[in-house]
Amino acid sequence: MEAVIKSRQLQKALQAAFPYTIPIFASFWFLGLTYGIFMHVCGFSFWYPMLMSLLIFAGSAEFVAAQMLLGAFNPLQALAMTLMINARHLFYGISMLDKYRGNGWKDLYLIFGMCDESFSINYTAQIPPGVDRGWFMFFVTLLNHLYWFSGATLGGLFGALLQFDTTGLDFVMTAMFVVIFLEQWLQSRQHRSALIGLGAAVLCLLIFGADRFIIPTMLLILVALTLFYKPRKRGAAL
Amino acid sequence: MTMSLTEQLIMVGMVILGTMLTRFLPFLFFPVGRPTPKYIQYLGQVLPLAMFGMLVIYCLKDVSLLDGSHGLPEFLSIALTVGLHVWRRQMLLSIAGGTIFYMLLVQYILV
Repeated sequence: MEAVIKSRQLQKALQAAFPYTIPIFASFWFLGLTYGIFMHVCGFSFWYPMLMSLLIFAGSAEFVAAQMLLGAFNPLQALAMTLMINARHLFYGISMLDKYRGNGWKDLYLIFGMCDESFSINYTAQIPPGVDRGWFMFFVTLLNHLYWFSGATLGGLFGALLQFDTTGLDFVMTAMFVVIFLEQWLQSRQHRSALIGLGAAVLCLLIFGADRFIIPTMLLILVALTLFYKPRKRGAAL
Repeated sequence: MTMSLTEQLIMVGMVILGTMLTRFLPFLFFPVGRPTPKYIQYLGQVLPLAMFGMLVIYCLKDVSLLDGSHGLPEFLSIALTVGLHVWRRQMLLSIAGGTIFYMLLVQYILV
């Protein structure tokens, strides 16, 4: 009986999570296949995209990792590069301190799989009442992981054979982030941090260029948000 | 490829380590037992919206306004996505509409 209830609970969470991941499926298969084909062209066997997509699960870091594997052996540089590329995850973690806790062992996997897309869906999704939050977020992350892993592996295996005109499909990710941003904008009364994020990113993109604007953007966002921080006086909260 | 397999494994291991550090550090820094500082709680509330704004720009970072199609397909498709979403508030419809429109634009119209 308990097992039946448990499996129904899982099924409900999976059914609630799946629709949110459909745009990510389109995007990750497209990107994953591209990554697999890229690895194939670079001369790596399919084992590389397969294992790297499974164990790293951070798209841009994986592309850079491929380039580093073709260069000189320099582990420290590999570590430093990855830290810079993925620094934005630090901010996701700070935002998820509450949500990614109290879900038992699933917390470890949720944090492991906290890519841009998993973070965005799990932060914003309106989970229907009666659906277990932990399992919902788990399935969002797991589905995303599977899409990326299968796309990259298939690209590595069959990359040379594929012929498809998917020009422009990569826009699905832009559209998804636009919708997530807009939905949050419409839901909140206060638009200051949204404008800070947009403005800081545009400004830093113009100044630093496409390849190195994320870290300055993060710093600028942090400074701007801190300026608006009003700490409550001791005892005032009580 | 000039690296040995062991060297390659170490390199990939470093990329895994770096990625995991950026994902786990906040949770290790602010453990469950101790109350999270007010300032960090504040950041946790205001950062996401700023991050979503940054991610939109991040997706558009390679669009050039000066040459090619001058970012026109991106601009029109985002306008359609926003319009669809304000009208129907259905996430999948807005995303699919915007993406299909963009694909049509870059494949057939604004090549």
